[in-house]
Amino acid sequence: MSDATLAVPLRLNGLGKPGQRIDVLIVSVICVLGLLWGISATALAHDLGMRVIAAIFTIAFAGGLFAISFAGSKGNLAIDEAVYLDGVIKAGVIAASFWGIVGMLVGVIIASQLAFPDFLYFKEFGFLNFGRLRPIHTSGVIFAFGGNVLIATSFYVVQRTSRARLFGGLLGSFVFWGYNLVIVTAATGYILGVTSGQEYAEPNWVVDIWLTIVWVAYLVVFLGTLWKRKEPHIYVANWFYLAFIVTIAILHLVNNLAVPTSPWSSKAYSLFSGVQNAMTQWWYGHNAVGFFLTAGFLGIMYYFVPKRAERPVYSYQLSIIHFWALIFTYMWAGPHHLHYTALPQWVQTLGMTFSIILWMPSWGGMINGLMTLSGAWDKLRTDPVLRMLVASIAFYGMSTFEGPAMSIRAVNSLSHYTDWTIGHVHSGALGWVGMVSFGALYCLTPWLWKRKRLYSEKLVEAHFWLSTIGILFYITSMWVSGIMQGLMWRAYNEFGFLQYSFVESVKAMKPYYIIRATGGLMFMAGACVMAYNLWRTAKGDVAASEPITEAQEA
Amino acid sequence: MSKREIDDHSGVETTGHEWDGIKELNHPLPKWWLYILYGSIIWSFGYWVAYPAWPTLNSYTHGILKNSDRARVTTEVAALKSARAPMFAKMQATPIEQVKSNEELFQFAQEAGKSTFNDNCATCHGAGGQGNKGFPSLVDDVWIWDGTYEGIRQTINFGIRSGHDQARISAMPAFGRDGMLDAGQAGDVTEYVMSLSKMADANAGKAARGAAVYAANCVVCHGATGAGDAAQGAPNLTDAEWLYGGSRADIAAQIHNGRGGVMPAWSAKLDAETVTALTVYVHSLGGGK
Repeated sequence: MSDATLAVPLRLNGLGKPGQRIDVLIVSVICVLGLLWGISATALAHDLGMRVIAAIFTIAFAGGLFAISFAGSKGNLAIDEAVYLDGVIKAGVIAASFWGIVGMLVGVIIASQLAFPDFLYFKEFGFLNFGRLRPIHTSGVIFAFGGNVLIATSFYVVQRTSRARLFGGLLGSFVFWGYNLVIVTAATGYILGVTSGQEYAEPNWVVDIWLTIVWVAYLVVFLGTLWKRKEPHIYVANWFYLAFIVTIAILHLVNNLAVPTSPWSSKAYSLFSGVQNAMTQWWYGHNAVGFFLTAGFLGIMYYFVPKRAERPVYSYQLSIIHFWALIFTYMWAGPHHLHYTALPQWVQTLGMTFSIILWMPSWGGMINGLMTLSGAWDKLRTDPVLRMLVASIAFYGMSTFEGPAMSIRAVNSLSHYTDWTIGHVHSGALGWVGMVSFGALYCLTPWLWKRKRLYSEKLVEAHFWLSTIGILFYITSMWVSGIMQGLMWRAYNEFGFLQYSFVESVKAMKPYYIIRATGGLMFMAGACVMAYNLWRTAKGDVAASEPITEAQEA
Repeated sequence: MSKREIDDHSGVETTGHEWDGIKELNHPLPKWWLYILYGSIIWSFGYWVAYPAWPTLNSYTHGILKNSDRARVTTEVAALKSARAPMFAKMQATPIEQVKSNEELFQFAQEAGKSTFNDNCATCHGAGGQGNKGFPSLVDDVWIWDGTYEGIRQTINFGIRSGHDQARISAMPAFGRDGMLDAGQAGDVTEYVMSLSKMADANAGKAARGAAVYAANCVVCHGATGAGDAAQGAPNLTDAEWLYGGSRADIAAQIHNGRGGVMPAWSAKLDAETVTALTVYVHSLGGGK
């Protein structure tokens, strides 16, 4: 099934001969305009951040033009509608593995800095400070790792479930390289102190505009492939991917509306201020969780779990109801990030009630994922990849229960601003997003590189336990430290004075911060084991102790 | 394509579609799932009736419970203030020197003072008042300025070099940086200052020459014996306690640069009764005079 050749040959619905190809023309024009802008901005930049970002864009666009002309001269731009486009997906698998390890490494560094503030602190190197590294960690794991996994899997899934080659010719590669250019320029900006100051939306305005262009191309590629599908119906995984792509576009555009101080300055001012800015930011922030980290990865689950378990999806009815319920309800839940703030109480009430309603729509995905295994539970004993996918669904269920619970204002008055929130985020991020991605990458690598099996299933097993135990270290230590912080901050003595100062609560966190950093280190070690395993698999190696069985041969 | 079939394992019919080998069963929605979903929606409607929830044209629905965070905060803060008020009043009415001898008052002042200290002063002076380089220790009996109750109260109220017109001000000249002493003189007086604190490694020959430099430049503030003068904020140089460090290099650097730190005027932030409690607390930390 994962064969690159289409089961039914398709007629060429071509974009013309290489010389007259619209896709090549579009990408070339973008590169030329980008190159002109890049050279001007590098020369005229008002600040170092803008100059470096513009220089990176210049190099990238020049490289893009060179790559197009080189590929054109070799005849590599031709579109063969009879085969799936897999090269860009392979690149996505490699990029995801790379960025995952980078993002997790930075996470381990900043977790260590919280326990040992002098760790990697140099007066001369501001870029190693917690404040600069933190957005590199969050953007690195969410957008660089998660984004590449989403782009790669969505391209794979939409082609297979539509029985159609990826639409748009060169646009598929444009999306992949353009998106990774966003990551490099955003991260460079963070290191140099260029930030919009909005959490999870830190890239500056130039990078935001570039991401918009790339995202429109992504939507075109995805919709175009669905449009030319050879299946009568659109598979459920694609609904989730499409919801993710469309909604992220809206969120990105609205939250990043800003006015630059000059065309050549990296600094821009948001269109919103005060509590409106806070509300827009958390409408964005919560839906980034909802549509990037939930809907997108549910798309992964809906393809890879039934595929790996070789069982039909549990319930079509449930998938349709929970899909619409999820995307309708998520949109309202953002205000729960702003309980007990300047945000009017009625907005907080709405955010909280919709977060409670969101519980079952979220769990619909968990039920559909877990129950798909009925009739195949025995495979959990023998297939560590499937076990990883199932564990991710369990963590998904846990964190989508914890989320609504924490959105209740009474609970939130204890949990807000504490490490409990950090623990909650990571049970979702490491447990759900991380592990479902690992499962998908373990599936994709042998399929894409046409290998009979993974290099080593024992290493997958080791990765599974490293991740699971690492996550447990992480979230349990954050539960304890978070609840302790919350209790310390609200404790009054008999005379009516605060019992603890803030700094005493910081001091009390130290052992938990060490446990958390240890858990993160284990999780990262697991990702390194995976990267090694995938690399050996792609090379075609099989671990000497694990010969190919007859079942795999067949 | 559309070919409904019965799944062997569950006995449930598929939808008849297939994508890349994936089929879908059509299990009905789990009852418990549906009931909890309905329940959460009904509960939300109830919550909207009870609490502030929906916007109207120029206001919002206040809810039948008339619940308001802002009103509650105001009430709770007022309640806390009135609960503390009698003890604060009693403490303010008592001469500050006598607070310590009244066990109940002293305990109250200590709690109020500690809570205020840790959230305002600990950042520089350390959580126990042990001090840091450039920030005086408050746990010893060495006082750069007046260490009496009223002296401490004045320092807290108006600060040091804070810009407040009643602030304590002292300025040690930057003898080296401003060229008032040449390198040889500065080196000599460094050794002399070290010898004042009976530091063993002070160079006796240089120190002897430094005595003259000291007499000409430092005596006015630090005094002939080096005992300092709390009235002008000149530290005692004979007690081996150092604000900017006690190594040869530290002392030389201080003579070269003449640094002086800034402490804010807390009367702008803390009310008078809180300052009284804080004064009692700081006085009790070490050896208040």
